[in-house]
Amino acid sequence: MNHAALAEDFIKDKPRAKWHDETLWFVRSKRDKAASALPEWETLRECAAQIKAHTVANLAHYLEQFESQATKRGAVVHWAKDAAEHNQIVLSLLQSRGARRLVKSKSMLTEECHLNPFLERNGIEVVDTDLGEWIVQLAGEPPSHIVLPAIHKKKEDVGRIFHEHLGTDEGATDPNYLAEAARGKLREKFVQADAGLTGVNFAIAETGGIVVCTNEGNADLGVSLPALHIASMGIEKLLPRAEDLGVFLRLLARSATGQPITSYTSHFHGPRPGAELHIVLVDNGRSDILGSEEFRRSLSCIRCGACMNTCPVYRRSGGHSYQTSVPGPIGSILAPSRDPKTYASLPSACSLCGSCTDVCPVKIDIHHQLLTWRRELNVLGLLPRSKRWGMQGMSYVFRHPRLYQWAGKLARLIVPRLPRFLLYNRFNAWGRQRELPEFPRQSFREQYEARRHEQQK
Amino acid sequence: MPTVGLFIPCYVDQLYPQVGMATVQLLEENGYQVEFPTEQTCCGQPMANTGCTEQARPLAERFLQIFGGYDYVVAPSGSCVAMVRCHYDEYLEDRPGFAELKAKTYELCEFLVDVANVTRIDRAFPHRVGLHQSCHGLRELRLGRASELMKPDYGKAQQLLTLMDGLTLATLARADECCGFGGTFAVAEEAVSSMMGEDRIHDHETAGAEVMTANDMSCLMHLQGLIRRQRKPLRVMHVAEILAGRSV
Repeated sequence: MNHAALAEDFIKDKPRAKWHDETLWFVRSKRDKAASALPEWETLRECAAQIKAHTVANLAHYLEQFESQATKRGAVVHWAKDAAEHNQIVLSLLQSRGARRLVKSKSMLTEECHLNPFLERNGIEVVDTDLGEWIVQLAGEPPSHIVLPAIHKKKEDVGRIFHEHLGTDEGATDPNYLAEAARGKLREKFVQADAGLTGVNFAIAETGGIVVCTNEGNADLGVSLPALHIASMGIEKLLPRAEDLGVFLRLLARSATGQPITSYTSHFHGPRPGAELHIVLVDNGRSDILGSEEFRRSLSCIRCGACMNTCPVYRRSGGHSYQTSVPGPIGSILAPSRDPKTYASLPSACSLCGSCTDVCPVKIDIHHQLLTWRRELNVLGLLPRSKRWGMQGMSYVFRHPRLYQWAGKLARLIVPRLPRFLLYNRFNAWGRQRELPEFPRQSFREQYEARRHEQQK
Repeated sequence: MPTVGLFIPCYVDQLYPQVGMATVQLLEENGYQVEFPTEQTCCGQPMANTGCTEQARPLAERFLQIFGGYDYVVAPSGSCVAMVRCHYDEYLEDRPGFAELKAKTYELCEFLVDVANVTRIDRAFPHRVGLHQSCHGLRELRLGRASELMKPDYGKAQQLLTLMDGLTLATLARADECCGFGGTFAVAEEAVSSMMGEDRIHDHETAGAEVMTANDMSCLMHLQGLIRRQRKPLRVMHVAEILAGRSV
């Protein structure tokens, strides 16, 4: 199904769509407040954009430097060219060590690779320990937002899910009660786990260290007990130097939730004594994006989710309407890069308002890239026929001023005389909720010409 | 007297002649000679925004030919001017006269503030006005500060409107959220588009606006469509109409 159809479904429950919009707008407002407290905000953004552009332009060098530094610190670095290779590496690590239970902190990369179902098919128990991600895991759904995976769930929904899976009281909706129940159950999972998997927010080429940011401390719990820590990261997560990190940590949490910094910012430099650290570097289409002049800048993304929170379309259509692991504006660039046919409707799920571009902490020109995608889709023959033919027709009329004037005159003559049922029917999407403009008797050029005649008399 | 080539967007020409006439009045009052080249039709934005760039190209070429000779080119639309200034490079880069064309093409409010240096408007508009910030004017042409940016506040349309006697600007909860028009987006994503428009209207109503204005008639066409269907009392006027002294 295309985005427009799924969005229409989402909006059918208007109060819920409104609630979703307002909840995310609240997060955007918190971001504004946090950003406005830093006089150097725009300088930070510019700085971050340049660091990322430099890193992406020299990615091969920094990846090799990172591998060598991380290896020196005792980590094992793996390279995965796609999702299947990544999943196989993770499974082999678990199986070779007899690990049956895996706790994960939030990782959109593993969502992108569909790791959970793959591991489950192979007999591994996987528990997502980020509260939001656990909620959607229990509900059997994908996350609808990269920072707030269960943002589409109300507390009543969470109460129902927890009642069914954790045995909390029926009808309970108190967030503290529900969080406590989850915390208790998750502690069991942490204690029982044979291995912990985390995502990576930043990897430092100079030091070979990785940085994981969470608000719940679940990454630290998940990797502190078991003897195996697997860290999965996209190859674009690199920063050249440790001193670059400050710029990004200051931008990340402020852009994501309006916090000055995430509650936990954990630095891992090699494995802890007696344990193993495996870092899986995943390409999965990123090299193709790197090779494309037009879309390279989308690799600068630090997954803060600010473009989702600010997007007027995302807020009113929900993350699931994008049908991809990273939804919203940035996801609408990334998904077609992997599979233009399946995701052909995403670049048009956008009014080109440009708010995403201005909110982006690394200054990705998101809305211009979406516009470029529309052109690419047209070249690939993936634009709907109605749009292609419509535009060919319009362009023809506009290249012939006499025809254009005549067509306008005719419309202004006929449309006001048509009965409503001919104007407002299922062929007129405009008119479902909107009136057509009132057609004036004269066009501007006719009025202007008439005035000129008047003046010359 | 410098000559302004009047650039009237196709839908304004066909559907909103009063906006074009108000633009002519404002330019003439400020001492400019106005010419309307009748060969003009459309800047090509609908095609470009849909991805049909090859359909937009000949229209960009026509535009340069038609408007290249004027001292200034002015349009009562941020969106169509953004097409020329921010998106014509793809079609016209390196063409003789294109760099000059970009530099002399202005949105109306921008022209009145930055070129005509308007600092007084001796007219009254005793109403509470909600200013809708059209996205392309705001975030492509930078006619004001977008709320995402942590920069000093300014706004060309606000600056002009507040020069008028009796006019008060309504304070909106969301200062510059998109109205949901977006060209073909309005029909391709009809449900989201309509909800976005409704939410904007609600914000203006809550802020006590009697008149909703903007420097793009396309946003207002969409909003007015919703307002008229729901029979709301909120009125809709282009900024040029208010500045030129038209009454509600």
